[in-house]
Amino acid sequence: MTKLSRGYDIKLLGKAQDSFLDVAKPTLYALKPTDVHGIGPIPKLTVEIGSEVLAGDPLFFDKANPDVQFCSPVSGEVVEVRRGARRAITEVVILADSVTEFRKHDIPSTESASREDLVKAMCEAGVWPLIKQRPFNVLADPNAVPRDIFISCMDTAPLAPDQNKVIEGREAAFQKGLDVLGRLTDGDVHLGVGPDSADVYTKASGVKVHAFSGPHPAGNVGVQIHHIKAINKGETVWTLGPQDVAIIGKLFTDGVFDAERVVAVVGDELNTTGYWKTRAGASIAPVLASNIKHDNVRSISGDVLSGTRVAHDGFLGLYDDQITVVEEGNKMEMFGWLLPQYKRPSRSRTFLSFLRPNKEYHVNTNNHGDERAYVVTGQYDAVVPMDILPVFLVKSILYQDFEQMEGLGIYEVVEEDLALCEFVCTSKQPVQQILRSGLDFVRLEG
Amino acid sequence: MKFIEDQLHKVKPLFEEGGKLHKFYWGFEAFETFLFVSDRTADTGVHIKDGIDLKRTMFTVVIALIPSLLFGMWNVGHQHFLAIGEMTALADGFMDKMIYGAIKVLPIVVVAYGTGLGIEFMIAIVRGHPVNEGFLVSGMLIPLLMPPTIPLWMVALATAFAVVLGKEAFGGTGMNILNVALLARVFIFFAYPTYISGDVVWVAGEAANFVDGFSGATPLGVAYLGGAEALANVAVHDYSMWSLILGTVPGSIGESSVIAIGIGALILIATGIGSWRIMLSVVIGAFLTASVFSWAGISYFVGVTPFMHMIMGSMLFATVFMATDPVTATQTTQGKWIYGFLIGVFGMIIRALNPAYPEGWMLAILLMNVFAPTIDHFIVQSNIKRRLSRAAAL
Repeated sequence: MTKLSRGYDIKLLGKAQDSFLDVAKPTLYALKPTDVHGIGPIPKLTVEIGSEVLAGDPLFFDKANPDVQFCSPVSGEVVEVRRGARRAITEVVILADSVTEFRKHDIPSTESASREDLVKAMCEAGVWPLIKQRPFNVLADPNAVPRDIFISCMDTAPLAPDQNKVIEGREAAFQKGLDVLGRLTDGDVHLGVGPDSADVYTKASGVKVHAFSGPHPAGNVGVQIHHIKAINKGETVWTLGPQDVAIIGKLFTDGVFDAERVVAVVGDELNTTGYWKTRAGASIAPVLASNIKHDNVRSISGDVLSGTRVAHDGFLGLYDDQITVVEEGNKMEMFGWLLPQYKRPSRSRTFLSFLRPNKEYHVNTNNHGDERAYVVTGQYDAVVPMDILPVFLVKSILYQDFEQMEGLGIYEVVEEDLALCEFVCTSKQPVQQILRSGLDFVRLEG
Repeated sequence: MKFIEDQLHKVKPLFEEGGKLHKFYWGFEAFETFLFVSDRTADTGVHIKDGIDLKRTMFTVVIALIPSLLFGMWNVGHQHFLAIGEMTALADGFMDKMIYGAIKVLPIVVVAYGTGLGIEFMIAIVRGHPVNEGFLVSGMLIPLLMPPTIPLWMVALATAFAVVLGKEAFGGTGMNILNVALLARVFIFFAYPTYISGDVVWVAGEAANFVDGFSGATPLGVAYLGGAEALANVAVHDYSMWSLILGTVPGSIGESSVIAIGIGALILIATGIGSWRIMLSVVIGAFLTASVFSWAGISYFVGVTPFMHMIMGSMLFATVFMATDPVTATQTTQGKWIYGFLIGVFGMIIRALNPAYPEGWMLAILLMNVFAPTIDHFIVQSNIKRRLSRAAAL
């Protein structure tokens, strides 16, 4: 058991109740190229508006990776291609049939097929984009052989779903997925489990299981990799979430791309919280319909630290297993820096809240101050349980010193690993944005 | 509240792009964000943020300085009345002493804040950036580092020097290499040494009215010349250990009371704003050095115990409020131990062995300010080397 002491659990109101929500099936689904790092902004569409697709039919591919197909999670009709700045494709929207029909794929046997055939089948059937590659957290390169594959089976992020619950009923698919992944690496498949992890994780076969405990970000796969076998320059590893593994497994047991997601719907701006069984890319509108307390809220696909802001009728991200709704903090607060008018979570002991460490808070999105130069020291170190000097890494990115970034461990972190730094920062620095610019800089120039 | 908010909204367009007073925007912004935390929301990464900001951080330090300021005011009055031989008992004339002290001290505070904030606002407006909160602390520290007799124009000049050359020239709060408040003091120390050192500047009032035998020398000055024996036999004053801890001795306005500084230190440590590592390591460094000198007998302070060294002079004030300045100290955790320890060592060396001037903390801290980036450099390099050797070991 690796006990991590540095970190911070932001305690929020609005935890998911342990039951499934009764939600109407969404009519719209969308695949968002913007969810995947490392692909071009304008992927090549293989469908046009009006095309009928089955679940598992390709929608688009990245021009630099023509083998990797991005496939529809549902059957239906392509109704819209939404574009953002400079014509970048942001969403390919599908009007879903009432009953999902699957494209049946010809799948090679896990045991006897060559690695090449396995990869080819995964690329064609649409499960490949579920694999992320480190360094940089980009789409996995199908031509690369990763040193190891890492799967974190615990989630310590604020209001995160219970990873034991999201996999219930898919234990066999999960194990099958692990078997497939085991064929893809020359190294090992490593599972990071928590103190409460279920047998499906702790007793998985063909993998190495590592136990972790501690406050967030102990559940981040990046933190776990650092303690299991850190990424050195020149090495690549792959990471996935447990549900992604199950989706891959299901492809190899049933021959279909069934992007099923069990999603935690959380936040104290909702009347009812709970779990929602749906598919990747689902419209979140039916979940929020008549469930949000008022309109001045922000819906987030993912958690409050590194999730993506989406419209109230937006779509669940490809990798996300959580929808969080919090109040917008677009209000001025008189002398708020001195005498806060409502209680708020803080790692700083200048608020008396530190005397009640287990209290759960209502939060809003207010910035609580303005951006400043770095003044306070030691804040970041206290929430990053890795042998990394976060402030120096961030600064090396700001002055674009390539060697310094490498030396200080930029290959070992992605945005979510330093997200808590951004939360605690007195100077309100946009840490994740800076880190992404550094990751892109190193990836493209390196 | 609503009324003020509405009024602010009403005049805001004047300061915004295209408004008549646009060039004063950042002045307006500083005022506005002082009154109201802005309605800006988190928009690039995390969706919620910690309640702490730089205003609250700096204000916490100001609060930690209040006990020293209040005690300093009373003590300025107390020293004065002691010198003229009236109300000499501690409990006598509390209000008289407070009022006398306030008349002496508050103008210094006002001048320091006025000069510094004036310059900060001016530079922010000219260069088009927000007014930084750093001076809230510097503006309070500068008066507390001064003797009560300091001429006000000198305070203004020193503050201007420190803010312009010590901070703004480097890019403002967060970018300065040297501690701003110490720079103001060191400016006066080198430019007008007789106003900030010696035996006559620490007690306010007309020297002609002082009682016979009153010298006004600080405990440090007395011990420097005559060691522990002289300390025990001062006329008028009582320079015993308890007086030093209570702080009823002459000195710079904020430095004398160990109790008041201790309250400040507790506030800084409890809130996590001040680094306890630095505070502790300075004390360890100074105590060890003082012990070595006292054992070897090579100090000017004959017979003064290491413990007495700790509570004399400005050491504790400098340790708690100056060495811990996060901008000019080391930033790495290990670096903080080294930085603090070396401040303790150098400060005590300068105090005990310097033939010209018996106090070293100002110079020791400025010296280590300069070396702080070097210490951090080695810590950062060791992190990089660890990573490289891990890769090479494969």
